[in-house]
Amino acid sequence: MKRKTALFIIAFVTWVFLNWVPDTQHLIIGALASLLVVFITADLFTERQYTVKHHLRYWYFFTWYLPVFLWECFKANIDVAYRVLHPRLPIRPGIVKVKTKLKTDTALTFLANSITLTPGTLTVDINKDEGILYVHWIDVKAKDIESATKIVVERFERILTKIFE
Amino acid sequence: MSDIIGLVFISIGLFFDVIGCLGLVRLPDVYNRLQASTKCVTLGTCSILFGTFLVVGFTAAGFKALMCMAFLILTSPVAAHAIARGAHRAGVKLCKDSVVDEYAKDKEGEA
Amino acid sequence: MDKINEAREIKKARWFLGALSLAALLALIIIRPLPFLCFPGLPYSGFLGRAIYIFILACVLSLYRIARGPTGADRIVAIDILGIMIVGLCAVLTISTQRSWYMDIAIAWALQSFISTLALSKYLEGRSFDE
Repeated sequence: MKRKTALFIIAFVTWVFLNWVPDTQHLIIGALASLLVVFITADLFTERQYTVKHHLRYWYFFTWYLPVFLWECFKANIDVAYRVLHPRLPIRPGIVKVKTKLKTDTALTFLANSITLTPGTLTVDINKDEGILYVHWIDVKAKDIESATKIVVERFERILTKIFE
Repeated sequence: MSDIIGLVFISIGLFFDVIGCLGLVRLPDVYNRLQASTKCVTLGTCSILFGTFLVVGFTAAGFKALMCMAFLILTSPVAAHAIARGAHRAGVKLCKDSVVDEYAKDKEGEA
Repeated sequence: MDKINEAREIKKARWFLGALSLAALLALIIIRPLPFLCFPGLPYSGFLGRAIYIFILACVLSLYRIARGPTGADRIVAIDILGIMIVGLCAVLTISTQRSWYMDIAIAWALQSFISTLALSKYLEGRSFDE
């Protein structure tokens, strides 16, 4: 029940922000639509409600994860622009394996998304049971698991462990 | 003043969009194209949307631009990941210059 | 050895030709754009009209990949990228025409293109949509 209420509030607030200047008709339609959404997708929503209440996690998220992520993202774009504009196309691609200690679904999703948007790497597949990610790397610097893990994953793993575990 | 900053953001976004499409044309195989185009076009479009927000200000359109930005940042890596996995399962080979392919080795072990 | 050198020379010549034509197109767009897509009288019409022309150039580049792409995966990547760029184009049109409903189109397009990319990649993988 708690889960359904939370999802309803989130959907309704999103609807109100999308309308921006709501009147009665919009509010009624929005309530009906968010009820529909709740009844269809409530089972897919978060499974561990108790972690939502820790305030410190949000602070970590906004003050630590976001700046690091945006900076890496910007660096990635400069890197790709250099590689694309260079006449000889300096790439050395390959798919490597990396290991991670994160367990929960949310943390793994965020880790995979961060890897995809940072310099030269793209997540291809996740093996959740053993904690292995397959990463396509545009400029392979290390082929074995340990050193590749050190370069690719560790930047984000420490931060995400603090936030999501 | 905020208008001019917004227009600067739009110019940066345009530059990165063109670079992403150039990468789509120039790079040799699916995975490299995904790398270049996903990163560049996502950040470029997000920068354009942020510029739109700065120019339009706190109105309905501006707030929708912000929501659209968050949505793009969340979804486009997922789409890239899905395409990469689908391509690898469908048997699209890596290009000739590739160094290693651990994923294909592991899949052979399973099958 | 000679062959490698020759291939390198050809690559360099192609890069040079491509860079030259792209720079020429960009310069043409920036110096003298066609007057169709500029909306005179509205703010920043010159800059935003040029921005729309640059968008069209980028869309043509990705259309080339859709037409040419050797495998299906290449085409799907290009379609995904085209969808994301149309979101940006709608954002620019919001400012240049001063009509706020272009932003609604942008949001709807982003949602729909994400779903369609997921469906296409599942099709590529050879699975049914129920899984």
